[in-house]
Amino acid sequence: MASHLSYGRVNLNILREAARKELREFLDKCAGSKAIVWDEYLTGPFGLIAQYSLLKEHEVEKMFTLKPGRLPVADVKNIIFFVRPRLELMDIIAENVVSEDRQRSPRDLHILFVPRRSLLCEQRLKERGVLASFINIDEYILDLIPYDGDLLSMESESAFRECYLENDQTSLYHTAKGLMTLQALYGTIPQIFGKGESARHVANMMLRMKREFAGSQNQILPVFDTLLLLDRNVDLLTPLATQLTYEGLIDEIYGITNGYVKLPPEKFSQKKQGEGGKDLPTEPKKLQLNSAEELYAEIRDKNFNAVGAVLSKKAKIISAAFEERHNAKTVGEIKQFVSQLPHMQAARSSLANHTSIAELIKDITTSEAFFDNLTVEQEFMTGVDTDKVNSYIEDCIAQKDPLIKILRLVCMQSVCNNGLKQKVLDHYKREILQTYGYEHILTLSNLEKTGLLKPQIGTRNNYPTIRKTLKLWMEDVNEQNPNDISYVYSGFAPLSVRLAQLLARPGWRSIEEVLKMLPGPHFEERQQLPSGLHKKRQQGENRTTLVFFLGGVTYAEIAALRFLSQMEEGGTEYVIATTKLINGTSWIKSLMDKLEAPPF
Amino acid sequence: MIRSKLDEDEYWNSSKFKAFTFDDEDDEFSRLKESKQAVNSIRGLVEEEEDEDDVEKVTWSGEPVGSISWSIKETASSSRAAGEIRDQGFPKIDTTPSLPKQGSNYSLSSFFKVRGKSGSSQSFSDNWSDSTTRMFAPELRKPKSEYKDYVSDWSPEETVRRMHRGKPYSLEKFRCLKDKLLLLDKAVDSHDGNVITAVLIFLKRSLSKEEILFRELVSRQIALQHFIHFLKEMGEQKLLLELFKSLGRTEDMAFLQYKDHLNIKDEVQRQEYLKNCISLPFSADDASHVQDHYTLLERQIIIEVNDKHMEKAGQMGIFKKYPRKASILNMPIITTLYYSCFYHYGEAEGTYSSPANIKKTFKISEKQYLLTALGARAKQKAWSDVDSLFTTKNWLGYTKKRAPIGFHRVADILQKNNAPIQVLQEYVRLVDDPEMKLGLAQKYKCHDVIIDTYKDLKDRQQLMLYRCKVDRGSPEEKKIDDILSNTQVRWKN
Repeated sequence: MASHLSYGRVNLNILREAARKELREFLDKCAGSKAIVWDEYLTGPFGLIAQYSLLKEHEVEKMFTLKPGRLPVADVKNIIFFVRPRLELMDIIAENVVSEDRQRSPRDLHILFVPRRSLLCEQRLKERGVLASFINIDEYILDLIPYDGDLLSMESESAFRECYLENDQTSLYHTAKGLMTLQALYGTIPQIFGKGESARHVANMMLRMKREFAGSQNQILPVFDTLLLLDRNVDLLTPLATQLTYEGLIDEIYGITNGYVKLPPEKFSQKKQGEGGKDLPTEPKKLQLNSAEELYAEIRDKNFNAVGAVLSKKAKIISAAFEERHNAKTVGEIKQFVSQLPHMQAARSSLANHTSIAELIKDITTSEAFFDNLTVEQEFMTGVDTDKVNSYIEDCIAQKDPLIKILRLVCMQSVCNNGLKQKVLDHYKREILQTYGYEHILTLSNLEKTGLLKPQIGTRNNYPTIRKTLKLWMEDVNEQNPNDISYVYSGFAPLSVRLAQLLARPGWRSIEEVLKMLPGPHFEERQQLPSGLHKKRQQGENRTTLVFFLGGVTYAEIAALRFLSQMEEGGTEYVIATTKLINGTSWIKSLMDKLEAPPF
Repeated sequence: MIRSKLDEDEYWNSSKFKAFTFDDEDDEFSRLKESKQAVNSIRGLVEEEEDEDDVEKVTWSGEPVGSISWSIKETASSSRAAGEIRDQGFPKIDTTPSLPKQGSNYSLSSFFKVRGKSGSSQSFSDNWSDSTTRMFAPELRKPKSEYKDYVSDWSPEETVRRMHRGKPYSLEKFRCLKDKLLLLDKAVDSHDGNVITAVLIFLKRSLSKEEILFRELVSRQIALQHFIHFLKEMGEQKLLLELFKSLGRTEDMAFLQYKDHLNIKDEVQRQEYLKNCISLPFSADDASHVQDHYTLLERQIIIEVNDKHMEKAGQMGIFKKYPRKASILNMPIITTLYYSCFYHYGEAEGTYSSPANIKKTFKISEKQYLLTALGARAKQKAWSDVDSLFTTKNWLGYTKKRAPIGFHRVADILQKNNAPIQVLQEYVRLVDDPEMKLGLAQKYKCHDVIIDTYKDLKDRQQLMLYRCKVDRGSPEEKKIDDILSNTQVRWKN
């Protein structure tokens, strides 16, 4: 089921297998039949590690969602709670346990904390008088979850908010821990580069942790040559822009969660002959998206404008393949045709799905609203009129477009102008507060604290210099047959990926001046390898770099790095890791102060 | 899946096409249709056989059969049904919304989501024993130095390490301030938020005065951040405010207090609370927004009471004709202005509910005002009000039409409110740019405007073309014929 994890340069299935092994070991510790009570949030990430069949093999007979009240009936020996270390969950567990005692048949209780146990949660259980009821309290360390053959995520939703708004470095600690686990499985990474305060902090923690374990040398031949740690706040611009790759647009429009997307069902209704139009599904269609699907792997990272051509080509191939049946005359030929049928069917249904998705997306990308929005984004990115109040933004506010859309644009203008003139900023603020409610002053204040929105103070606008030096805007972008990463935003090259690209060749020394304009220190560290583990590189063998985005990464950035991996003269292949897969909307949302739902 | 994957590879590779070839002439999106058709035509050929061994089984919702979330539904549904009969006394079980999905699973903040009793934490040691088995790869996470477990007099360093590994420990022996601070520093060095917070709770409880802790935290930024988080999540508002105050972070303090208004349900109490917020140490700009927020709620309460009464009494026709759908309380100011333009248009500036008063009090820009008023009046089909919104008189008494928001926007809003063609075309005609005017006129089918514009542009050919589009024998056709036969016009083509 997870074969796609092992196709990449680095076999990430090893990580998944390690996680599965730990899970099995834990389950076997609770001998006998068992029921798992799930913190619902965890089912998504766990789904990427194990299927129900694995749990079943280890005598898991029932599974429930954690809810207040009494536990459902289940004739099992063990009840295991799989939960995040959160106090409100402890209260629910306590309620469950207290009601449980009233029942006659006693069941053994266990807790598995994911990703770490917490002193405070256990304290809370003790306060509630239920701690002693648990036979086993354990933790299941799940920091980096393999999402695809070249992609790892911690799926820590609020990591950016915590790091850059609240100065809470807990997620950085988990990042460092996750990187240590990774090194235990894939060998010590000899070179560490980084840019940004958080990057520096993570590198420091890693070096310290390594010193602590100095006793036991890691004897695994290093798989990664380089680790690049990048702070999200080094490049605040990229996630604000609308992603224009196929996968990026799916995420922008429908949102991808734990590798799944939910789509409006209308386009997917499979009407069979004779069934007519009845029973149209009303539930959203849920699809899994990863590189295990051949067609998706081919089109996910393309600019959306290049997707249509591929789909139509595939359609012709498949049609032709099905036509082959007329040519199959001999028994052998027919047999061969039949043997291919399952794959042809899979290919056909994959094509049908993606044709439908592409149609859904096309309806949006060809709309006037999408075009206008994109035009303004591109004006900002190229530095047009970033110092004035933008009339499109004003219009959007007047039409009460979604607040997040407005905030994305205003923040983008601010970033592209190295801060807004006080008068312009005040005008936007006033319009936003008047139209969407004064309480959003809290959100605006958060955006200012993270630097996404700021007044221009004296300093010169250095964005044009950064743009020109790093070639962030490419005029003659080729969407169909790209020759530069800027195709992922139809002209704009993500700054973060440019930094990775320039690090590989010719090296950061060439851009010292620009690096100084970007926030936070840049640095290089080396980790000593035991003798004998130094890699002897074959001529022409590519280097492998792990790029870790602290605070989130977009699908378009991932696409850009994959593009670099595939470049023939590139010489570097990338594996990507992050605290969270984000897009502009989910990112800004994480910075909004949770407001109560309006009364109606 | 591996087998099928390989076969597929073979299949695709054996075809003659390469992934990156493409034809420039083709419109990408017409191809979508093409592939759709192809797919559909194939569909009939082969019956669905989803039960093939190597095809992943998927339920309609797309969940692979056997995935965890699917299995929860499956295994739970059978027993839930049985449980429901017995659980009739607890209807709560099924109606409670599922757990919050938002929020990080890793953050420090997540450790304390619910208000707890402060000061109730004791040493955690008593319940901790090594019998709780742990399952790390040993060489990864357990350095050899960790195995001497039963030494009682641990150094700060060792204590922190034991806390970090979940082993028994005791903090009580750290008595003097110097030792306690050393313990804190060691905890910070471990980077483990869990441990840092535990030590901070110990310090908070064991130090006689909070000021001492505050003072020491100033030079320990990481510990300080963890402490602030702890207080926030435990809901220790008072202590947090004191901390901010002693740190001189007055704006943080102000925002923290202001944020609390969101938790107040009763509008009068909320209004009182906001009144107190005005004097908080905000920046000048933010202070004026908070002031406006207060004033707005104050007005809304007055308007709401009044209008509710009027609506009940049934004296004002407007409330009968357009019953209020919701209360105006806590709505943004622009929404309030719309409401005022809808129900209280034309009231004297002296009343709180009049549009003029609201516009002035909250310094609403002319553009925003016009857009809002236009929307509200158009909704009621009060075309004369619309007319006067854009009519200005000069000193000679001549009237002139002016729209700072642009007549194209006016036409757009009118059209969205189903304005009749006579009203609509009057504003389309006023659009300055001829091309935009033509575009809008065509979009809204304002024949007169189109015909007149072509005439003004002296574009005979377009006019003749347009003649074919209008109905035979219609007044439009006659109008075009009249113009075309007019010898006075000097056509450009």
